[in-house]
Amino acid sequence: MAKHATPLLDQLQSGPWPSFVSDIKEEAERRHKNEKNVEYQVPVDVCDDLLGILELSYKDGTTHWKHGGIVGVFGYGGGVIGRYCDQPQMFPGVAHFHTVRVAQPSGMYYTSEYLRQLCDLWEMRGSGLTNMHGATGDIVLLGTTTPQLEEIFYELTHNMNTDLGGSGSNLRTPAACLGESRCEWACYDAQELCHQMTNEYQDELHRPAFPYKFKFKFDGCPNGCVASIARSDMSFIGTWRDEIRIDQEAVAAYVGGEIQPNGGAHAGKDWGAFDIEKEVIDLCPTECMWMEDGKLKINDRECTRCMHCLNVMPRALRIGNDRGLSILVGAKAPILDGAQMGSLLVPFIKVEEPYDEIKEIIEGIWEWWMEEGKNRERLGELIKRQGLAKAIAAVGLTPVPQHVMEPRHNPYIFWKEEDVEGGWDRDIADYRKHHQR
Amino acid sequence: MADPKEIVLEFIHSKSKQKSKFYFNDLAALFPEMKMREAKKLINQLVSDGVLEYWSSGSTTMYGLPGTGKQAGAEGEE
Repeated sequence: MAKHATPLLDQLQSGPWPSFVSDIKEEAERRHKNEKNVEYQVPVDVCDDLLGILELSYKDGTTHWKHGGIVGVFGYGGGVIGRYCDQPQMFPGVAHFHTVRVAQPSGMYYTSEYLRQLCDLWEMRGSGLTNMHGATGDIVLLGTTTPQLEEIFYELTHNMNTDLGGSGSNLRTPAACLGESRCEWACYDAQELCHQMTNEYQDELHRPAFPYKFKFKFDGCPNGCVASIARSDMSFIGTWRDEIRIDQEAVAAYVGGEIQPNGGAHAGKDWGAFDIEKEVIDLCPTECMWMEDGKLKINDRECTRCMHCLNVMPRALRIGNDRGLSILVGAKAPILDGAQMGSLLVPFIKVEEPYDEIKEIIEGIWEWWMEEGKNRERLGELIKRQGLAKAIAAVGLTPVPQHVMEPRHNPYIFWKEEDVEGGWDRDIADYRKHHQR
Repeated sequence: MADPKEIVLEFIHSKSKQKSKFYFNDLAALFPEMKMREAKKLINQLVSDGVLEYWSSGSTTMYGLPGTGKQAGAEGEE
């Protein structure tokens, strides 16, 4: 018999999709049975009370959670989000229900042993409920009490070689796609760069001093499997600056139906014979491809790396050999001004150890944002307020055509004094020689 | 330069009627000659020394004297 009646939540279980309500009920039952004889360090009915408080919120149409306060473990300014309920007598199991953010393994590669350790830790010292993974990509452990925080941190760092993630006005847990570990499109080692930048900027991750949150994400290619262009203040997207490599024999094999397009991904239905004109050439957003004497031609100058042709014909078309990454800045989810995608800051940069050029860009942007950003202003909002030109100047770059999204609609050009020969001073006598009063 | 701890404490006490928590920028502004990342080291040292305490909403972090202002258990109930 459930501790609290939850008719509104029960209704959610009747939908066609897997339900989080069923999951929580299952965990509640498992905790009561305790077949593994776990020495629970948080109340055994934490899951029951979680369902209870959620039901009450649905009934009242308002939240019963209070956020804020506790930030982490000793020496850390983030990684834990304090959460308390405002009906602790009714729901003592969730009186404290803090969230712990934990850095995920790069590319989200887990061993089953690691997952078991994680689950054992969280069954004993938390609610047993997790969110794999949070929107930023980290492991989110839901629901524990204050005395457990240091214990959890000790276990994670000493026995699992894992650190807490970011929260608050910090660098948030960086994330990378699986990069060169499995993917032939990776233009740089995204996992390695993510790892190196995570280690380099430990202080920014754990000691908050930014105006607001800041997210890094590393995509090995423009397919963007971690969606860095939409979800990170600074996104690192692999690209190349030479030509797409074409294997004309493989192109012919795709055209002749010997190789399935898209790696056979759409083979579940008969779409008819592969039509390279309709499915590749006509869909190229910059119209830079054509067939000539049975051969595929590409005007690489016009290619914007949309990846469509490479995705459809992976055996015929490959990324170029001169590889690196583009840096984009300013993406964010909506709170102020709506959602924004990243804007191109650095069109191409080589990814070479010890990554000093990349660090210079990162630190230049941080310095500018920390100086100029208002409290709770994301980088993208600052760029919108002051203009991309300021961001470009902050990292010591010169504007290039790739920074221009569209022809200007502001007809005024304001010169800076240092850009004008002789500055603002002039010799009036000399001027009068050529101009009457 | 005067002791940074004194500068920070004096500022916080002078505002204590209006505010109990401060953004990093408010405190960094007390050291205008310093680069932001240097100010960060200094202010975080004050946290390690127990002079200041972090407060986080989860999305934003603020700094204040330990135990002052709205705490989780007593929001709006002082």
